[in-house]
Amino acid sequence: MPTQLNERRSTSRISLHSGKEKPMFTKEWSIPAILTVFLLGVCGLIAYFTWSLIPPATAAESHMGGPFNLIDDRGQPITEQALKGHPSLIYFGYTHCPDVCPTTLFEMAGWFKTLGPEADRLKAYFFSVDPERDTPDVMHKYTGNFTDRITGVTGDTAEMQKAIKAWRVYAKKVPSPGGDYTMDHTASVLLVDADGNLRSLIAYGEDEGVALQKIRNLLK
Amino acid sequence: MNRFISSFIAVSLCLAAPGLACAADVTLGNLKIADPYARAMVPGAEVGGGYLTITNSGKTEDRLVSATSSRAVKVEIHEMKMDKDVMVMRKLENGLPLPAGKSVQLKPGSYHVMFMDVVDPFKQGETIKARLTFEKAGSIDVDFPVGSAIAKKAGNGGDHANAAE
Repeated sequence: MPTQLNERRSTSRISLHSGKEKPMFTKEWSIPAILTVFLLGVCGLIAYFTWSLIPPATAAESHMGGPFNLIDDRGQPITEQALKGHPSLIYFGYTHCPDVCPTTLFEMAGWFKTLGPEADRLKAYFFSVDPERDTPDVMHKYTGNFTDRITGVTGDTAEMQKAIKAWRVYAKKVPSPGGDYTMDHTASVLLVDADGNLRSLIAYGEDEGVALQKIRNLLK
Repeated sequence: MNRFISSFIAVSLCLAAPGLACAADVTLGNLKIADPYARAMVPGAEVGGGYLTITNSGKTEDRLVSATSSRAVKVEIHEMKMDKDVMVMRKLENGLPLPAGKSVQLKPGSYHVMFMDVVDPFKQGETIKARLTFEKAGSIDVDFPVGSAIAKKAGNGGDHANAAE
């Protein structure tokens, strides 16, 4: 094969010298030219499809949530319908949590206070990753201490697992040798819009200004 | 003389800032225990965190192995850390190592003394007594003044977050 190519080249070179430059030039460059155009076209198509596919893909990914039948801190049934039609802050934690959970709920109460009427439409939910110990009564006492704007959510363990999975939160029961257990859990606050799309996260210990800006963006 | 001056300053600061819980540092052998405090507990919660700084000026490692308190059914030494955005908390089965010549801080978001099954929640302003036991140095009683529920250091009990606000 290489010999053939070499032969062709040599012939074209000879022809060049013979004076018929134009047609020979075109012939020599037509293949690379066509290839270039073709490759550019392929690149363009790839770019186009990537571009057009990305937005729906992310939208599908941020659409979270799913059905659950749980109980709020007043002992009333609560389902995924409660999260619709208004922006929400959703936090998964538990009351046997010495640090992260109370700190986050305190901060949440502070955000409501700072935002004032701006956050009238905003609702907040504290889902217990430890429904075995966090009865509605415990949740009521606990959440009520921070602000009346946070609704505690607990109930059946299997139903809570549905909510945990639906919101792609991590929660794991870790037994301690003494028969007790602790819960490892996602410590970020989920910012969810009225259509149930996850819009942003507030990390544990996030700067207050940044957190407030994220909530304001959610309320826009 | 220097020592006298510094203690004089410390005492003046305590007097100048009424309301600040000024727990005295305590020493046990080679260990110095500084700035102990606990956080007020949120009603409904049954656990509370205690924090302090332990400096080991000795030549060998020691270990905080256990703790007890009349205010809690159980007291454990815990480690808390963030694994990306996941909060991970574990009981330190073998206690908390205190390397020779180093200070170890028990603070929010890290190591803490975990008061468990607390019947009467800690309230801001009160003092929780606990006995800490070390592998080599032995045991000592430590007073943990209770700050706000989100206190980040000893003596800032009047910090901005008041639960009832």
